Amino acid sequence: MAKASTSKKAPQKRSTTKKSQARPSDTLTAEQKLELFRWTLMTRKLEERLTNLYRQNKVVGGLYRSLGQEGETVAAAYALHKDDLVGPLIRNLGALLVRGYPARDIAMQYMARGGGPTQGKDLNVHFGDVHTHGVVPPISMLGDVVPVMVGIALAARMKGEKRVALTYIGDGGTSTGAFYEGMNLAAVWKLPVIVIAENNGYAYSTPTNRQMAVDSMVKKADGLGIFGITIDGNDILAVYDAVHEARERGLRDEGPSLIEVMTYRRKGHAEHDMQKYVPKGEIESWEKNDPIDRYIAELVKTGVATKEQLEAITQEVTTEIESEMEIALASPPPNPSITLESVYFDPPLAEDHLAPYRETS
Amino acid sequence: MSTVTYLEAIRDGLHEEMERDESVFLIGEDVATYGGAFGVTTGLKDSFGEERILDTPISEVGFTGAAIGAAMMGMRPVVEFQFLDFIACAFNIITNYAATTRYRTGNGVPMVMRGPMGGGVRGGPFHSQNPESFFFNTPGLKIVAPATAYDAKGLLKSSIRDNDPVIFLEHKYLYRRMKDDLPSGEILVPIGEGLVRKKGGDLSIITFGSMVHRSLEAADALEKEGIHAEVIDLRSLLPFDEALILESIKKTGKALIVHEATLTGGVGAEFAARISEKAFEYLDGPVTRVASLDTPVPYSPPLEDMFMPSTQIITNAARKLAHY
Repeated sequence: MAKASTSKKAPQKRSTTKKSQARPSDTLTAEQKLELFRWTLMTRKLEERLTNLYRQNKVVGGLYRSLGQEGETVAAAYALHKDDLVGPLIRNLGALLVRGYPARDIAMQYMARGGGPTQGKDLNVHFGDVHTHGVVPPISMLGDVVPVMVGIALAARMKGEKRVALTYIGDGGTSTGAFYEGMNLAAVWKLPVIVIAENNGYAYSTPTNRQMAVDSMVKKADGLGIFGITIDGNDILAVYDAVHEARERGLRDEGPSLIEVMTYRRKGHAEHDMQKYVPKGEIESWEKNDPIDRYIAELVKTGVATKEQLEAITQEVTTEIESEMEIALASPPPNPSITLESVYFDPPLAEDHLAPYRETS
Repeated sequence: MSTVTYLEAIRDGLHEEMERDESVFLIGEDVATYGGAFGVTTGLKDSFGEERILDTPISEVGFTGAAIGAAMMGMRPVVEFQFLDFIACAFNIITNYAATTRYRTGNGVPMVMRGPMGGGVRGGPFHSQNPESFFFNTPGLKIVAPATAYDAKGLLKSSIRDNDPVIFLEHKYLYRRMKDDLPSGEILVPIGEGLVRKKGGDLSIITFGSMVHRSLEAADALEKEGIHAEVIDLRSLLPFDEALILESIKKTGKALIVHEATLTGGVGAEFAARISEKAFEYLDGPVTRVASLDTPVPYSPPLEDMFMPSTQIITNAARKLAHY
């Protein structure tokens, strides 16, 4: 999919998967395939519910959607094993759900409540615990999670543990020096690092062809001397297959993989972004290439589930999100007394020296 | 007892900690086979193998980030910057990632970032800097700056055992010039504790790193004139020993702050502010600073000598303050 023009139309012909060869996803049970459906759908429904909270001014700060690309995030996280580690970014909320964080945690984060995983110290999906959930917390500076995942994989190798480290990055993020430095380290040391490079059309307002001069991010993998592949990011099972294979390669000490997933960000950078920079018709063309619609069609066609069964799951997900939101909305804001806590492992040192100009009475 | 240089003390500290704790490893450019640009890590590869002494590509962001990831996983990485000027390449990932992780998530990243800093060796603008103030305004980091072989070893061992990211400032001018007789037992110098290197009642010289030695020379010269300067070696900059500074000022009433980094926005400004806020009633003269000139570090000897605080300049400033 070379993009000579600034418009990024959805592919007319979807990439066909190799029918003759056995695919890793062939071994997924019907239950697992429905679990994939459930997480993807929950990602979308949760983000829709968060949008309502945003419009009610309950969200503190911005709201970031992954509409149209939920499938690749969930499928990539789902293809990992329990002991593997994942570093989700702002548009990878679904990975947090797959990793066992309840919807309430994400909602409390977005509403800056005290009950959220960071107790109101950081926002949105900026949380994670490598020990309890195998999730690496991101920061806003794009690219930085890549070398951090390299260190995660390095530590696992040093301890003799067979674990892979996966993170996501947008087309814009692959322009950063941190991305290259991290990928190069992983390449030289042949570490099991998997990077899902999301070619979703835009980095904020900047189209991919203004972000890089190569027509495919696989060429960046070539430059690093690592495995690279471009796949249809809205084909959930294709993403599962690619990550499964990348994981196997990594554990065979064959080094990192860069998986370019062709997808599309149907919403703006954040909820305030009116997408005036998007050519007419582009979003609509991708609506017809929706990962959830496509997956529903596939599940029905292959006899994994009936439309009625999928509708029942949708109802369950909606009900679960509502009860999760009730819990999140009941969480009070954080107590200001925690502000000084946990800057260091040692007890706070700051209180005393701040005292002279902090007296309120 | 054995006599070791400042450089050897750092190497011994690394060796002992790596022997004690197998989660400690070293990562940096040319640290394994070559033994580091200054030879600090010579021989460590033979003792611990390439699995724990890792040569890296030239990628300060890459290997600092990798250290952060490894630290999250329970390892205790020691990152070597070939020259501490290059720590600026990793500024973002240190200040935004390493420094904030405990606060944001409750899990810290215990890691040491060390390397040679400082001038006086004709290194020019990019091999002579004193970068402490770049990081001084970042809560979540610790910064230490030993002046002696004893403190270099003791602070390094404490830094490796600390549960948070520590920037360990080695002064390259001191590497082979400073020697101490070190006892054979465990040496641990607590982070955050300064030391009075010389007692005196007429003024307090507050300093650290290489300037400790020039300040001591100045204090010795002044003694012949009947001026008794107290010299405080802070040893740690973040956190710094505020109590020790205030105690000394309350005795002498006069504060001279000396550092090798450039003047404006240097860490000395913070010490001066604390003294003004908390010991104002005790002061008998202006809180004074001696630091390098506000320029890039110049290369040619006459220029660098002009740039840095000499013993003479410190002596003159101390005399003037004593007579104020």
